[in-house]
Amino acid sequence: MTALPDPRPMACPGCAALPEPEAGAVAHVNDVLLSLPDIHCHNCIRDAEAALMARPDVAAARVNLTLKRAYVTPIGVVDAEDLSATLAEVGILAYPLDQTALQSTDSQRAGQALLMRLAVAGFAAMNVMLLSVAVWSGATDATRDMFHWISAAIALPAIGFAGQPFFAGAWRALSVGKLAMDVPIALAIVLALATSLWETALSGHHAYFDAALTLCFFLLAGRYLEFRTRTAARSAAEELTALEVPRATKIVGGIPTEVPVAEIAVGDVVLVRAGARAAVDGVVIKGRAELDRSMLSGETVPVPAAPGTKVAAGETVLSGPLTLRATAVGRDTALHRLADLVAVAEAGRANYTPLADKAAALYAPGVHILAALAWAGWMLWSGDMRVALNIAAAVLIITCPCALGLAVPAVTTAASGALFRRGVLIKNATALERLAQVDTVVFDKTGTLTDGVPDVRGWDGLPPDARAVARALAEASLHPLSQAIARQVGTAADVQDVQDVVEHPGLGTQGYWNGRVVRLGRAGWAGPETDGADTLCTWLDLGQDAPVAIAFDDRLRPGAAEAVEALKAAGVHIEMLSGDRPAPVAATARKVGIETAAAQCLPQDKVARIEALRAQGRFVLMVGDGLNDTGALAAADVSLSPASALDAARVASDMVLLGTRLDVLPETLRCARAARRRITENFRIATLYNVIAVPLAVVGLATPLIAALAMSSSSITVSLNAMRGTWR
Amino acid sequence: MNVLAYLIPVSLVLGGAGLVGFLYTLRSRQYEDPEGDSRRILDASWDDQPKP
Repeated sequence: MTALPDPRPMACPGCAALPEPEAGAVAHVNDVLLSLPDIHCHNCIRDAEAALMARPDVAAARVNLTLKRAYVTPIGVVDAEDLSATLAEVGILAYPLDQTALQSTDSQRAGQALLMRLAVAGFAAMNVMLLSVAVWSGATDATRDMFHWISAAIALPAIGFAGQPFFAGAWRALSVGKLAMDVPIALAIVLALATSLWETALSGHHAYFDAALTLCFFLLAGRYLEFRTRTAARSAAEELTALEVPRATKIVGGIPTEVPVAEIAVGDVVLVRAGARAAVDGVVIKGRAELDRSMLSGETVPVPAAPGTKVAAGETVLSGPLTLRATAVGRDTALHRLADLVAVAEAGRANYTPLADKAAALYAPGVHILAALAWAGWMLWSGDMRVALNIAAAVLIITCPCALGLAVPAVTTAASGALFRRGVLIKNATALERLAQVDTVVFDKTGTLTDGVPDVRGWDGLPPDARAVARALAEASLHPLSQAIARQVGTAADVQDVQDVVEHPGLGTQGYWNGRVVRLGRAGWAGPETDGADTLCTWLDLGQDAPVAIAFDDRLRPGAAEAVEALKAAGVHIEMLSGDRPAPVAATARKVGIETAAAQCLPQDKVARIEALRAQGRFVLMVGDGLNDTGALAAADVSLSPASALDAARVASDMVLLGTRLDVLPETLRCARAARRRITENFRIATLYNVIAVPLAVVGLATPLIAALAMSSSSITVSLNAMRGTWR
Repeated sequence: MNVLAYLIPVSLVLGGAGLVGFLYTLRSRQYEDPEGDSRRILDASWDDQPKP
């Protein structure tokens, strides 16, 4: 399908009627945008608007429930964070949106332009159809001529305005020497109008003004659906990015100040608090902490950091804070350079031809040859140019590509709408079709099958004293491993009095229990010099006996095991590729039920494995979230990433999982397969109509009445078939 | 058949009125928040007097 032409100034009443950006619900340059993910009813709208309007620095506030956004027009300058705080006071969750990451205003205008053309085509088609009905039911002579002239007077300007997307598309295709879908459409419309005008001038019987207009109307409806689906997906994807207003804490003259990341320069001193992701590359100048590199490498065991350690953007500081001197910012960070490499290497989907394009490649030349043959045949047989042109126009109208232009967008809209309600965002137009062919699913481990939160293994097997002391020490720390211990349920008898608990960043927590120093933390500080173990564990030193090891498992993402089971039942081959060490990889694989798992994969190993699978003729879906997956995500035939994934991974993938549960995955696959089946079904229906109607047109039996009936009924059948059942 | 002289203009004017009505709804941004508009009508705040 062809893209829309850019909105450009045109001198006609329809364009003048297009809304100008004016005060109201549409974002202004200095409007502040907030995302309100939880609003759902009129009370929320009223409360949010009232709370915002009550502020003296807000001129206007309007909540859009469809987009779950608030547009705030400020008086002067307003900090979006303050507005979020205002809404939080009335119990509404709000996040500031980065306005520059959203480009919805342009697409909104394009959508309205399309809707306008659709309305004009619909209005004209209705009126001309009424006049045509009068002609078909027996108007003759002067009356028929008058009806035809009135029809022409309505149809010509209406087509001139409404048909522009097709004419522009046909022109673009022809100027590069190609036959796109728009060429036969534009030709059918123009030829139908021309022959009808000629017929009318000679007071002939048959005019196809109504057919040209209905053709235009149905195809515009398809265009509009397609456009809606595309922009809905794009604006949701943009919103995910816009939610991450990148901020960092810069230290100026000893005072930490919150600034946008874009304002940080090389050499600035940046503070990264515990739990935060580093926004720049840098060298640690103060503080000790542990770094979680799983977003970049997939490895779950944290790495210690001390002054002099290099930290890359995207790494999370677990126990902090760390003070960094920035060595690379923005596009120069290792994270960005890697992400850019990936953007170049997109291979998997570039070669994919969507079903509609395959059909169009057959259809476009076929229909021209057919019409030309019909014209030539009638020219030879009757030698009458007028009859021959009429037949050719009838053939072009009867073969109208409504199944291609309307049925495919209708199916895609219905299916992606259904998936969006289940929390799957389809970013790419052909992703659904590609997904339908998937026979192999490759998962990443950390952050995809597991949710990145550790779980204590064998807690009940530990001595009661150890459990109690570990809990008391763990409660004083925000480190994820401590949090996992603190989450363990304990009885009242388990509570032990541990005094003077202090956290030593990068090492662990320490306190006094029964007069002895007790420590919970990394090997070498609370435990033996090297842990030697392959799994993630922390050590507890009770001040006597040998230190106790507390081991951790990765906690599975909810629904992961169910998803794998259902996919296997659907006959899909499943593999796991992880950058983590062999033991945790094997443990996770066993828990979710995956037989083929590879550990310690470098990003290029993942890509190589995907390419090997594709070389075997498999159709691969890659599910991953980290920077080490982006290559694989781009190389696979289809890719999906959870919403928690790194921005670079989300950009590289075709679909984004908005919820946390993985078990929507088999459902998504089922939906995609159903959609593909439905599209082929629609092609068959359309072909059937053509097989019946085209011979009628070629032998000259297709009166405008038959053309109108065949075209409308085929369009309506395929649209109804697209929307029928199963999606819900 | 003289009645056509009235009926055709009448039908065109009626159709045109529909088109103009649609253009008005489009211009006044009534398709931007269908979800929200259907909920706002349930709000009782301005039932007794119009919104200032």
